[in-house]
Amino acid sequence: MEDAPRRTPLFGIPIDGGGWIFLAVVIAVTIAVPVLNLATEPGSAFHVPTYLVPLLGKYLCYALLAVAVDLVWGYCGILSLGHGAFFALGGYAMGMYLMREIGPRGVYGNANLPDFMVFLNWKELPWFWYGFDIFPFAMLMVLLVPGVLALVFGWLAFRSRVTGVYLSIITQALTFALMLAFFRNNMGFGGNNGLTDFKDILGFNLQSDETRAALFIASGIALALGYLVCRYIVTSKLGRVVAAIRDAESRTRFLGYRVEHYKLFVFVVSAVLAGIAGALYVPQVGIINPSEFSPANSIEIVVWVALGGRGTLFGAALGAVLVNYGKSYFTGAFPDLWLFILGGLFIFVTLFMPKGVVGSIREGLAGGRGLISRKRDEAPSPGAFAGSPGE
Amino acid sequence: MEPATGKIVPNETLLYLDGVSVSFDGFKALNNLSLYVTAGEMRAIIGPNGAGKTTMMDVITGKTRPDTGEVLFRGAIDLTQRDEADIARLGIGRKFQKPTVFEGHTVFENLELALKSPRGIFDTLFAKLKGEQAARIAETLQIIGLAADQGRPAGALSHGQKQWLEIGMLLIQEPDLLLVDEPVAGMTDAETERTAELLRHIAQTRSVVVVEHDMEFVRALGVRVTVLHEGSVLSEGSLDKVQNDQKVIEVYLGR
Repeated sequence: MEDAPRRTPLFGIPIDGGGWIFLAVVIAVTIAVPVLNLATEPGSAFHVPTYLVPLLGKYLCYALLAVAVDLVWGYCGILSLGHGAFFALGGYAMGMYLMREIGPRGVYGNANLPDFMVFLNWKELPWFWYGFDIFPFAMLMVLLVPGVLALVFGWLAFRSRVTGVYLSIITQALTFALMLAFFRNNMGFGGNNGLTDFKDILGFNLQSDETRAALFIASGIALALGYLVCRYIVTSKLGRVVAAIRDAESRTRFLGYRVEHYKLFVFVVSAVLAGIAGALYVPQVGIINPSEFSPANSIEIVVWVALGGRGTLFGAALGAVLVNYGKSYFTGAFPDLWLFILGGLFIFVTLFMPKGVVGSIREGLAGGRGLISRKRDEAPSPGAFAGSPGE
Repeated sequence: MEPATGKIVPNETLLYLDGVSVSFDGFKALNNLSLYVTAGEMRAIIGPNGAGKTTMMDVITGKTRPDTGEVLFRGAIDLTQRDEADIARLGIGRKFQKPTVFEGHTVFENLELALKSPRGIFDTLFAKLKGEQAARIAETLQIIGLAADQGRPAGALSHGQKQWLEIGMLLIQEPDLLLVDEPVAGMTDAETERTAELLRHIAQTRSVVVVEHDMEFVRALGVRVTVLHEGSVLSEGSLDKVQNDQKVIEVYLGR
């Protein structure tokens, strides 16, 4: 092959140049932030203030969520506008465990019922809260609840061959419906207020620097592993089938591939990763409420991915961090302007940087070296914004 | 083994269509169409626009379900009950009118995806290209004359090269029956000649059904011809025979 891309494998997974830089940065940050927070004095120039640790941890969770969305959107052409739902469900599963961990230390001192249930005058724990006091069970639910929802929803949608904009709209409807449901007090998930006032996780105080550092490290590891899992998938033959579905769905079908199974596979993997991101997010921000299901949240994730660069995985993570850093800054400095800036950014990227930051950098590098033919598997077809063209 | 009509499908009949009708909003795209293709045969299907050629392909490959009629493969397999992926796995390959290759994938990857191999998600998730499979791809690259281009994205190929790549993809899929829709549309004379050669090569080992407008090309193939008109068979036989058939002349020249 005249232009075999330079890819050095890790655990047998081919990693491209940008991927190596990404992994190095994630590992460095995962080690440096907790060390500089715990081992240096607050006065030191190298000290990372405690408030920054959960904030950066939140960015890592968002980055994992963005990688999950890129897997389905960038590689399979499924523009999900409902991935916030899987993130929130993972978060709720973790939140339920954290609520049960409070035990008798709640305001009402009821060892068996979370505060909001006592407040609603409930006498016993609803059945779907059973088992959430056991950490491994709760973690299983973090994976299973988003995974099974994606499986059922995806099976119905893909089997009926719903694609493109129609699929995007029903994913949006899914998260909107869940938001309305979770707002209701009698759903049993704390209604409007959601779940909060968490005390500890596995017996460790959530307010302590050490616990926060541990959650930060867990988020960094989850991001790196999530990236590697996705990278394995997209570089496998399955990944090439999935990209083929994105580019020419019916051709793939006539080659004998059952397209709906492939879509379902990446959709479920993506939903599970989003659930994990949500579960790590909740103990670091200290609350989960129905606003996480809001359609705007899911659209924002898509903006991160588009800005960073679709179909690159690490570009999505980069986009998540850049936009959220911008959000943290602008909502502080110019709170009224943030939504306009976000919308403007999305329009700018769509018009002028269709391949996102990473795509533009790559083109710049390739142009410099006179290698234009290296676009290959990373570059989705330009028309694939809302799903597979030519259907 | 005996279809509902009571007729016995001879063993050598690979594809058997009997009384197939399809209508879209009252328009009869196929009207009581009956057609048999024997194993190892190459058949050309001609007919004016709207004669039902593409609809016939859609029915055979599971894209369109017929309103009435039977579609049997290898004598016993009812194709009307199966979906596209299933039918492809049974050994029916299809080439579209417009060349459809995976433009973002390399030529090599296009053939790898088409290569006859297990199609399940876990088969492909853990798939490793075996030596004999790589050899098979190399051999196909030679046949279609794209060995030097194997690392290029398929989107960068010329129109003719894309057509050959698609034929190569069908070849490596190892179907028993190949359906080819207008393979030489938009090709130069040299490319057309090369395509005819490729198809004759393929027809040595499997059945091929070619839909074509280009009479010169059909003559170059030198095979039995079926003329479709308004969704049913108008005439069948050698090209000379059908060209002298009064009904065919009327349809093509009359009106």
